[in-house]
Amino acid sequence: MDTHAEADTSAARPVLEGPDIQRVLTRIAHEIVERAKGADDVVLLGIPTRGVHLARRLAAKLEQITERPVPAGSLDITMYRDDLRLQPPRALARTEIPGDGIDGRLVVLVDDVLFSGRTIRAALDALNDIGRPRAVQLAVLVDRGHRELPIRADYVGKNLPTSLRETVKVQLAEEDGRDSVLLGAKPAAQGGRLH
Amino acid sequence: MQRHLISAADLTRDDAVLILDTAEEMARVADRPIKKLPTLRGRTVVNLFFEDSTRTRISFEAAEKRLSADVINFSAKGSSVSKGESLKDTAQTLEAMGVDAVVIRHSASGAPYRLATSGWIDAVVINAGDGTHQHPTQALLDAFTLRRRLIGRDAGLGQDLSGKRVTIVGDVLHSRVARSNVDLLHTLGAEVTLVAPPTLLPVGVESWPCEVSYDLDAALPKCDAVMMLRVQRERMNAAFFPTEREYSRRYGLDADRMARLPEHALVMHPGPMVRGMEITAEVADSGRCTAVEQVANGVSIRMAVLYLLLGGMEPAVTHSRSEEK
Repeated sequence: MDTHAEADTSAARPVLEGPDIQRVLTRIAHEIVERAKGADDVVLLGIPTRGVHLARRLAAKLEQITERPVPAGSLDITMYRDDLRLQPPRALARTEIPGDGIDGRLVVLVDDVLFSGRTIRAALDALNDIGRPRAVQLAVLVDRGHRELPIRADYVGKNLPTSLRETVKVQLAEEDGRDSVLLGAKPAAQGGRLH
Repeated sequence: MQRHLISAADLTRDDAVLILDTAEEMARVADRPIKKLPTLRGRTVVNLFFEDSTRTRISFEAAEKRLSADVINFSAKGSSVSKGESLKDTAQTLEAMGVDAVVIRHSASGAPYRLATSGWIDAVVINAGDGTHQHPTQALLDAFTLRRRLIGRDAGLGQDLSGKRVTIVGDVLHSRVARSNVDLLHTLGAEVTLVAPPTLLPVGVESWPCEVSYDLDAALPKCDAVMMLRVQRERMNAAFFPTEREYSRRYGLDADRMARLPEHALVMHPGPMVRGMEITAEVADSGRCTAVEQVANGVSIRMAVLYLLLGGMEPAVTHSRSEEK
């Protein structure tokens, strides 16, 4: 989900730094291999924007572990959001399904922050229009709680108990020039909800 | 806040690029097993066609259905319009039924503008061609085709058409496609040359943001695309040229003329083509002619326009006209 508004990063406190994120992703990659008993039918689909970068990093780590190429792609959920009518239309991001498709495979959705669960619900709907995976799992870098739907992650980088007045901002080198997860305070005047 | 699409001249460069970029993502839906998105579920779109059309109406209908809108088709033939009902009464009937958008094609220039600004209806109005005035979605799909072919599908994202040279040939006088394209291509930074016999150029063409020439052969070697227009017999009430044969000799595109185009240049046609008149069958069927591709791109462009005007709380497309207000 890509609602990283201009939270004041100077006041934000880092909870994960670059090396932590690398370690967390390595662990998740091992967990995927363990649970999928080899990961030979795994397809990683990142949710734009930062989920896509995380999916690519996970795919690289899975390749190191299994010594087989692991397909990674992206799944844009904009058109499936349940809050489309509540704000102006958003620009669309790219949906890129790897060549062999997702039918009969194990799809691992990858996102940066798991919050209300609404993004993942939209992603499940979007998947439904693309094919029929054998199973769908969810990997997130940060789970900050406050679920509004019965959705949980299969692989969690870090559980981060937060209050609704706090913001969680993930920065990745590919997008923001550095790796970190920042916990900040929501600006009082702003109505827009962050993660 | 302008929430309608009436004229290509109302679009800013950024709006136009946003529509083209959105259409590029929409085009990918056509490659999927289920060519449908739930985005406009529960929204009603009326296709209000007072004038004949195959391409545009079917294209809009396909776009609306791919976005899951409820579609109502209305054609003037067989409706109360043939009993003498006015545009106002038709509009109020639609309003009473609770439509969210009206796609209108009308033989009178300005009908969509009237519908959008009269206060008769609350719905979003999208101009699908009005008289000899404007056909903005056609200009957008032409620009989309140009960007895809001349720059590339992915390389084109976020780009305009700066420095590209487009020659538009034929019946400019009666062509809403030419007007829309001159406006939009100019906004996107392309250089447009109109080529037509003097009788088929409108009064005031010298004030348009384009070059004008009477000599097709001189214009061909230096353009990136040539757009052929149909001679609109149905709108002609006088003799604009001596014979069809003479028109075709001087302003028609045949294989010899096509050979004079640069290697990469496209031959475009908004359709319907009159083979043997403005374009020979040989050219129309050649790999350089993008007429069929333009139709396919039309669905993607119309999906993008519908999504951006209707998909959210308020339209994403701002118009230059609204800034003046």
